[in-house]
Amino acid sequence: MTIPTISRLLFLHAALSALHAADAPIKVGHYASLTGKEAAFGVATRKGIMLAVEEINTQGGVLGRPLQYLVEDIQSKPGESATAVKKLISRDKVVAVFGANASANSLEAAPICQNAKVPMMAISSTNPRVTEVGDYIFRICFIDPFQGAVLAKFSRDSLHARRVALLTAVNSPYSVGLSEVMRHDFKARGGEIVADQKYSEGDKDFRAQLTAIRSAKPDVIAATGFYTEAALICIQARSLGLDIPIIGGDGWEAPQLVELGGKAVEGTYYSTYFSAENDATEVRAFVQRYKTRWNGETPEAVSALGYDAMYLIAAAMKQSGTTEGPRLRDAIAAMKNFPGVTGRTTIDEKRNSAKAAVMIAVKDGRAKFHEAVTP
Amino acid sequence: MAEFLQQLLNGLSLGAIYALIALGYTMVYGVLRFINFAHSDVFMVGAFIGYYAGKLVPEGTIWGGLLVLAIAMAGCAILGMTIERLAYRPLRGAATLNVLITAIGVSLLLEYSGQVFFGAAPRTFPAVFPSANFSVGGLVISSNQIVVIVVATLLMIALEFIVHRTKIGTAMRAVSLNPKAAQLVGINNDVVISFTFGLGSALAAAGGILYALNYPSIEPLMGVMPGLKAFVAAVLGGIGNIPGAALGGLILGVVETFVNGSQWSTYKDAIAFAILIAILLFRPAGLLGKFTVEKV
Repeated sequence: MTIPTISRLLFLHAALSALHAADAPIKVGHYASLTGKEAAFGVATRKGIMLAVEEINTQGGVLGRPLQYLVEDIQSKPGESATAVKKLISRDKVVAVFGANASANSLEAAPICQNAKVPMMAISSTNPRVTEVGDYIFRICFIDPFQGAVLAKFSRDSLHARRVALLTAVNSPYSVGLSEVMRHDFKARGGEIVADQKYSEGDKDFRAQLTAIRSAKPDVIAATGFYTEAALICIQARSLGLDIPIIGGDGWEAPQLVELGGKAVEGTYYSTYFSAENDATEVRAFVQRYKTRWNGETPEAVSALGYDAMYLIAAAMKQSGTTEGPRLRDAIAAMKNFPGVTGRTTIDEKRNSAKAAVMIAVKDGRAKFHEAVTP
Repeated sequence: MAEFLQQLLNGLSLGAIYALIALGYTMVYGVLRFINFAHSDVFMVGAFIGYYAGKLVPEGTIWGGLLVLAIAMAGCAILGMTIERLAYRPLRGAATLNVLITAIGVSLLLEYSGQVFFGAAPRTFPAVFPSANFSVGGLVISSNQIVVIVVATLLMIALEFIVHRTKIGTAMRAVSLNPKAAQLVGINNDVVISFTFGLGSALAAAGGILYALNYPSIEPLMGVMPGLKAFVAAVLGGIGNIPGAALGGLILGVVETFVNGSQWSTYKDAIAFAILIAILLFRPAGLLGKFTVEKV
């Protein structure tokens, strides 16, 4: 073969691969619990991401190429996340990875993404350690301490409280963390913490703590633990004649709260990521599109987070003009005020998302959207 | 002052429940000289019987509540007697340790069968009694607290009557004092022991219902902590002594509540148990326990 022929062939090959690259889909991977005990979260997240991928593709894709979404089931089992994410990166060559819902799973897969320099976006893993793994690891949800700040602002500005009583589950790092930030921020906003009572998870009797709280005459009680204790706290507070608002974090978000608490949880508020009842135009439009795509199902908070995560990564690809790891990473890290259905997302220096939280009010036995709060 | 009275009331209503459970421990100990560890799980079964029975009666009526209470007590009396017949009677005369281990086995069996049949997730106990709050000065009294204190007091009076004024009660005291001599005078020990288990389990069921009324989230492991506290109450009052169990329960409930309402709430169990140790150091037989006299 003559040299010109070879060069011609090489040229042809290069041209073909360029052509190929232009049309080849951009692959994004997702490891999720589609079966097992956390399946509800994984399935709802997947539906949100898929809706975003389909919408982006009908609008012509990203950088002129369509998106291709690949999902691996981790069966809610420890150990599966690492295998799944290795497969996604080395065999499927995905350019970005969506993380799991449980922090434990995200922590497992994060070092692999970090080493391969593939950006990973965790969905609802709130443990602060997740993004501390490395500079390629991000999350689309807020972290636990953030909610403390939200609760402090909400009680001061919306409930006009001057005196707050804290009720903390001492054996739950989540509750302790929330109370700590709440204590600090509420004081910083000129309020006063008038009682600081504690209990252990699994306790059933809170009358003693609540009696002490009643004597301190607070305007608001913040119970930062989980829904079972929260419901019992509300019942016993009402039976002691404490008819003031009681507030909590997303640990309250479960149907059991109203089921257990009944009338006692009326007039309580809790913070969470997203409410399908939010009246904002973009949320209403998203809920409508989601219902059309998924046979009338209402999106969960994680569906909205997944949806926003996909759009945020697509925006980062457009801004950097590439899908290669390091530059995509920089573009994600620089994301500020990105508009999504879960509010405006700003990626902070610790690669967490700072965004508005949603306050839910319990009224007439139902959890209703109350307002969005940005601390 | 209002806070003190309120805490005292909170403590008394918690203590009354501990007392009801403690009575079952103490009676069985009085007759058989062994600790029935399955007792706290009979308490749990009582609450679950109440949960299912509560769906059959209209909510918030006094007769409905009393009916639920009666059904649960009858159901647990049968359960208690069955446990005694199947698990403990075959071991009568065996070493105490064997019976103790069996009791732990029965306890675990009930807890984990409960998880299979009822599920591990907490359930909401229906409000079977009417509920209202009364305000007296700075004191708020809930009707459930009144129900707890009234029902517990009536049951303890009834128990006192059964043990001291009836034939079977006399037989119980006789078996407790000397089983062999009791048999010699024509008492059927098996019947008496079976009755003791039935009676103790019925009280545990009542405790379970009252507990669930006040803390309406029930699950199969709900008996573990109250059971342990009630056991401590029984030892505190002098195990084998009926008024002692009632007194021990009340003391424990009140102390726990006061500690819980203070800034040392994290140490509530530690302080409650430290008091137990202190009392036992000075009165090894418990507050009302005597080494020689009656033990039922």
